[in-house]
Amino acid sequence: MLVVSKFRVFSTFVICLLGLTFALPSLVNQKTYNKLPGFLQHTVNLGLELRGGSHIQLEVDIKSVEKEHQESIVDEARKQLRKQNIRYNKIMVQQKDNSSIIFISLKNSEDASEAQKILSKIEKELEITVNGTEINAVISESFLENFSKRIVGESIEVIRRRIDESGTKEPTILRQGIDRIIVQLPGVEDPAEIKKLLGKTALLTFHGVDEEMESIPVREGAKVNLPSKPGVMYLPEERTKGLTVYVPIKKQISLTGKSLVDAQMNVDPQTGMPCVSIKFDSIEGTRKIAELSSKYLHKQFAMVLDGKVLSAPVFQAVLNNGSAQITGTFTMEEATDLALLLRAGSLPAPLNVVEERSVGPSLGADSIADGKNATIFAFVLVSLFMILSYGKFGAFSVVSLFCNIMLLFACLTLLGATLTLPGIAGIALTIGMAVDSNVLIYERIREEIRLGIKSSLAIAQGYKMAMMTIIDSNLTTLVGSIVLYEFGSGPIRGFAVTLALGTVISLFTTFSLTKSIIALWLRKRQNKEIII
Amino acid sequence: MFRLHLIPYGTKFDIVGKSKYMLTFAAIVIVVCLSFVTFKGLNYGIDFKGGYIFEVKMPYEPNVQELREQLGSIGLGEVAIQQFGAKEDLLIKLEKSEEGQAIAIQKIKDSLGSGVTYKRVETVGSKVGSELVSNAIKAVAFALVAMLLYIAVRFEFQFGICAIAALLHDCAIIFGMFSIFPLEFSETSITAALLTASYSINDTVVIFDRIRENLRRFRKMELKDLINLSLNETLSRTTLTAATTLLAVLSLYIFGGKVIASFALPIMVGILVGTFSSIFVASPLLMFLNIKRENFDKNKNKIANIV
Repeated sequence: MLVVSKFRVFSTFVICLLGLTFALPSLVNQKTYNKLPGFLQHTVNLGLELRGGSHIQLEVDIKSVEKEHQESIVDEARKQLRKQNIRYNKIMVQQKDNSSIIFISLKNSEDASEAQKILSKIEKELEITVNGTEINAVISESFLENFSKRIVGESIEVIRRRIDESGTKEPTILRQGIDRIIVQLPGVEDPAEIKKLLGKTALLTFHGVDEEMESIPVREGAKVNLPSKPGVMYLPEERTKGLTVYVPIKKQISLTGKSLVDAQMNVDPQTGMPCVSIKFDSIEGTRKIAELSSKYLHKQFAMVLDGKVLSAPVFQAVLNNGSAQITGTFTMEEATDLALLLRAGSLPAPLNVVEERSVGPSLGADSIADGKNATIFAFVLVSLFMILSYGKFGAFSVVSLFCNIMLLFACLTLLGATLTLPGIAGIALTIGMAVDSNVLIYERIREEIRLGIKSSLAIAQGYKMAMMTIIDSNLTTLVGSIVLYEFGSGPIRGFAVTLALGTVISLFTTFSLTKSIIALWLRKRQNKEIII
Repeated sequence: MFRLHLIPYGTKFDIVGKSKYMLTFAAIVIVVCLSFVTFKGLNYGIDFKGGYIFEVKMPYEPNVQELREQLGSIGLGEVAIQQFGAKEDLLIKLEKSEEGQAIAIQKIKDSLGSGVTYKRVETVGSKVGSELVSNAIKAVAFALVAMLLYIAVRFEFQFGICAIAALLHDCAIIFGMFSIFPLEFSETSITAALLTASYSINDTVVIFDRIRENLRRFRKMELKDLINLSLNETLSRTTLTAATTLLAVLSLYIFGGKVIASFALPIMVGILVGTFSSIFVASPLLMFLNIKRENFDKNKNKIANIV
């Protein structure tokens, strides 16, 4: 006899019910969806090609930043070498194959160790090789790796901020591989504007604030007439929500954010209030900020980014060491944000668009409708076929096939996986392949019956014999899909997820659901003959 | 009661006996397919090659020939225009150009004039494409090795070799088909090939499983007869599952819309090829690989005790 414990039957039906519940929100129309309780308002994430929108893949040009960094090392090294009276023939950044190295050719080989010291003092993450009078230096691999990580991370921050400012809703911004960033913008049909925005290398600038003019606070929605004065412009600063202050700013740029090397949230040791410490580069920035702070001592100056005033503090002292603190009435969060804006204000590296796809919402809706039709039709055809082949037992497997699809939807929803066009095709295919386990079992049962075994026993035997086969064939698929997921990317990964889920779920429906249904049915039938 | 039987009960086809012809046939097909792929190459879509795709709805019924010349004259490389559905619906493909993307897109939009609805616009740089290919190849290669190992552990190493040989046969034919008929080879084509592979391996393992079972049950039977018996016993299941899967793919092909249809076609072929290879390639090949039958002796082998 086919025996399935009560507990197993019970838990199977509970799981199927849960599956149905969580799959439901993705399948009902908008009106019904709005009536559902909050915890159920999660649907399958639709890929961009289904909901309409734009997909942009950007490449961060890390090489150019690396080269810039090397150039600045060379500049500094040149100065120091002169200072120490070390004579050289050549000092430059050299292109070699696919990478660039710092190359120094000295006049005297005795100076080599001194020059090496200078180099490693400027940048300790240099791998320096000395060969007589020639010195080669490359930035170490591990540093470069961290370096690119940081640059890509910063780029993502800048991109996010700019896209948020453009008013685009629900953007997805992801790191891809080492130097790629993927930006997905649902609902944006023409990404030209966004691309323009991303192409800008926004620059942080420092300006003096005109003392003769006054700042003008404006409530949100109110109209404002700004006075004008040659050489001065009014730029908005958002102080609190709904209140914008227009600050009169001198058009002349005193200092650019290029000289800013770091900005961090900090706590003012005197007041205990959050503040932002900023640090300028050792050569130009330090000199300029010293000049600027003595010129504007006890006066207001402004930091401007993308046509908006980030902050307009007052210089309290002359800044000689290239670092400064921006104090004010910041909350911890505001200070962190400001530091981030200052750090991430301008793009750390140029971005190149390497891939761009956009889909209009009508095409997406068409694809969904097509996918739905195909899935329903596949289900109907396979169901008919199963019932024709196995009668009542075919009908049992149709029930479990239905639960299979629902559970797949539920899992995709709960895992937050994204359903793409090939994903829909994958679901339709799962329908075809999911009945395979049932076919295996039913065929086995038929074989056992033909051997003359009593039908109720044959069913139990069929299950037992087919089990091994089903586990082997499904595990092979599972092993394959896990490896595909591990090493694949993009569409291959999506496919692997659907395949693996489909495999596991069909194992469950075969050995729990169909088996429970058959066991329950058998109990009712007692020992009557069974035709399969 | 009526029951649909694709294959009648108790068939006794001598499949292994014909294996010489079948294997020769399969080998010839593989050679032909691979030489097409090598010498003619694949018809790479813009996913791989880089380029532009526009799916548009024109405000008027366009003269495709004129439009092609017009777009060709703006100097963005070869232009392909396809009509589908209504006459106003066009699929325009352009090869990669050297110019910046924004400029190229603007040029095309200017050339098409106003009133055009852009349903889909895609641009892909050629670098992304080549990365996609190398990533896919790497992933598939690792997946094959993992499955080979799994089968080698669960069955015998020879079984793994045969299964992978069948898989390579399937892949060669799929790629050959893309090359011979020139179907566009895109990102989704890789997924189609993967689906075929996973279907085929599944099918092969089911038959191997029966062979293993029979190896344990009939220790004295000739290997040839044993493989034949196993193939015949599983034939009903093999055809039934192929039928249900084909039905599902067929509805994808008919109702799935243009994009899914181009994905369903290679899968349909793949299922047929995968079924063929499980029966006529993987199993008869076992004959030539010297299976150690004593390994399947119940008293000696640990695996056998699991049953």
